[in-house]
Amino acid sequence: MRDVAIIGVGITKFGELWDKSFRALITEAGTKAILDAGIEGKDIDALFVGSMSPGRFIGQEHIGALVADSSGLHVMNIPTTRVENACASGGLALRQAYISVASGIHDIVVVGGVEKMTDVIGGEATDILAMAADQEWEAFFGVTFPALYAMIARRHMHEYGTTREQLAEVAVKNHDNGLLNPNAHFRRKITVDSVLNATMVADPLTVLDCSPISDGAAALVLAPLDKAKQYTDKIVKISGSGQASDSLALHGREDICTFKATVEAARQAYKQAGVEPKDIDFAEVHDCFTIAEILAIEDLGFVKKGEGGKATEEGRTRIDGDIPINPSGGLKAKGHPVGATGIAQAAEVVLQLRGEAGERQVKDAEIGLTHNIGGSGATCVVHILEVV
Amino acid sequence: MTTVPRFWREIPQRYNLIGTKCKVCGRVYFPPREVCPYCRRKSLENMEKIKLSGKGTLYSYTIIHTPPSKFEGQAPYAVGIVELEEGPRITSQIVDCELDKIKIGMKVEAVFRKIQEDGDTGAIYYGFKFKPVENESER
Repeated sequence: MRDVAIIGVGITKFGELWDKSFRALITEAGTKAILDAGIEGKDIDALFVGSMSPGRFIGQEHIGALVADSSGLHVMNIPTTRVENACASGGLALRQAYISVASGIHDIVVVGGVEKMTDVIGGEATDILAMAADQEWEAFFGVTFPALYAMIARRHMHEYGTTREQLAEVAVKNHDNGLLNPNAHFRRKITVDSVLNATMVADPLTVLDCSPISDGAAALVLAPLDKAKQYTDKIVKISGSGQASDSLALHGREDICTFKATVEAARQAYKQAGVEPKDIDFAEVHDCFTIAEILAIEDLGFVKKGEGGKATEEGRTRIDGDIPINPSGGLKAKGHPVGATGIAQAAEVVLQLRGEAGERQVKDAEIGLTHNIGGSGATCVVHILEVV
Repeated sequence: MTTVPRFWREIPQRYNLIGTKCKVCGRVYFPPREVCPYCRRKSLENMEKIKLSGKGTLYSYTIIHTPPSKFEGQAPYAVGIVELEEGPRITSQIVDCELDKIKIGMKVEAVFRKIQEDGDTGAIYYGFKFKPVENESER
């Protein structure tokens, strides 16, 4: 297996982008990544694109072909593949692209992630997202996605004494970070009180515990490490990649306060990279709901099980803390166009490792981690990226 | 996304809590499984149907205030994960009690109820919900 580098990143603004179509978004992200990498269309061997549900959001399938076409690469008949694993579609597209380069089948690969979520009206987006849950045995009974995470939160509070305020601190911190990110969906400060007093969605989670419904896209260019220098000197290496599964339904797990898929995907990535949790300088984790960030930092080994809430409350996960989490603003503030999320997380880590993250730059960032979840923890993809 | 044939084929499970038991290791599953995840090939042809008691304990719950479109008239309503006596956990609505009286660890039992419907003139889909066990002495 060859070492693989990320040599280009591109990201669009995230938000309710009424004037931007699905194809405009992914083409913008892909073009930015290609220009950033210093490659040309003729250099590209393959495209991968992660997207959760364009079939329901915009009534369009066959997304691989659409993306090749909209970016003009179809005239060279470049092979394209669409990847889907719910909200982990982006992270998984990155892993598939990584495997294709590492294996030697392809050299230069562009991998994108995209979701256009605001072409449907509000309630329908909630129904579409619920398709990542078990339709027959969860959604049929009226269970929503926030409800699944609310049950995790309630159990975590019951077992570990995590407080309602500690959950809110995750959202407050991520909004503070989003304020420093020009591409973020939300660029406004919130307080613990505003989270607690916001509209209740699924008790104990209010609307400010939930990531928003966003439009957006992100893209990366991958190359074999030994060929990367031909194109750019801004090289970040993928030093670890892991993926794992778990039961589709939340009720299929022995313990809902731990995502075993995260533990296993992280174990694979740490082993491959030859690092431990304490070596990670910062991470972009899947905070689709506030409780999800607490689970993530515990399951990734940054803090002990049950201490995620306390660590957040103490400011340890802030940009200037000892384990900065989601300097981009995370899914909560940066936005969560589901298929784009896994790619956007890697794009943020690359910018941080290059020292190009502006006001939200993590100091001395040399090793970063991305953590992308599908559904209520049935899929997890973890990547570890390092400065070369 | 529920349709009539899709609902109809799940009727035994949804009406009567029919799960499966692996004859190799004795584990009980609900919803029913074709293969035991622990015995795998040994469990093929060895999964027997079993009717569950419908009695259990509440493992976690939430009150849904923002419902899916088909449940709009019902909110706020409670859903929970119930741990059944026989072992499996099951997701269901929690009904017949005040929402602020629901707590983790409470004893619950299955009841047969309407779950959702296809508008005013379409099919009505029934199934199980859970309610608190009323008699304290049963605890």
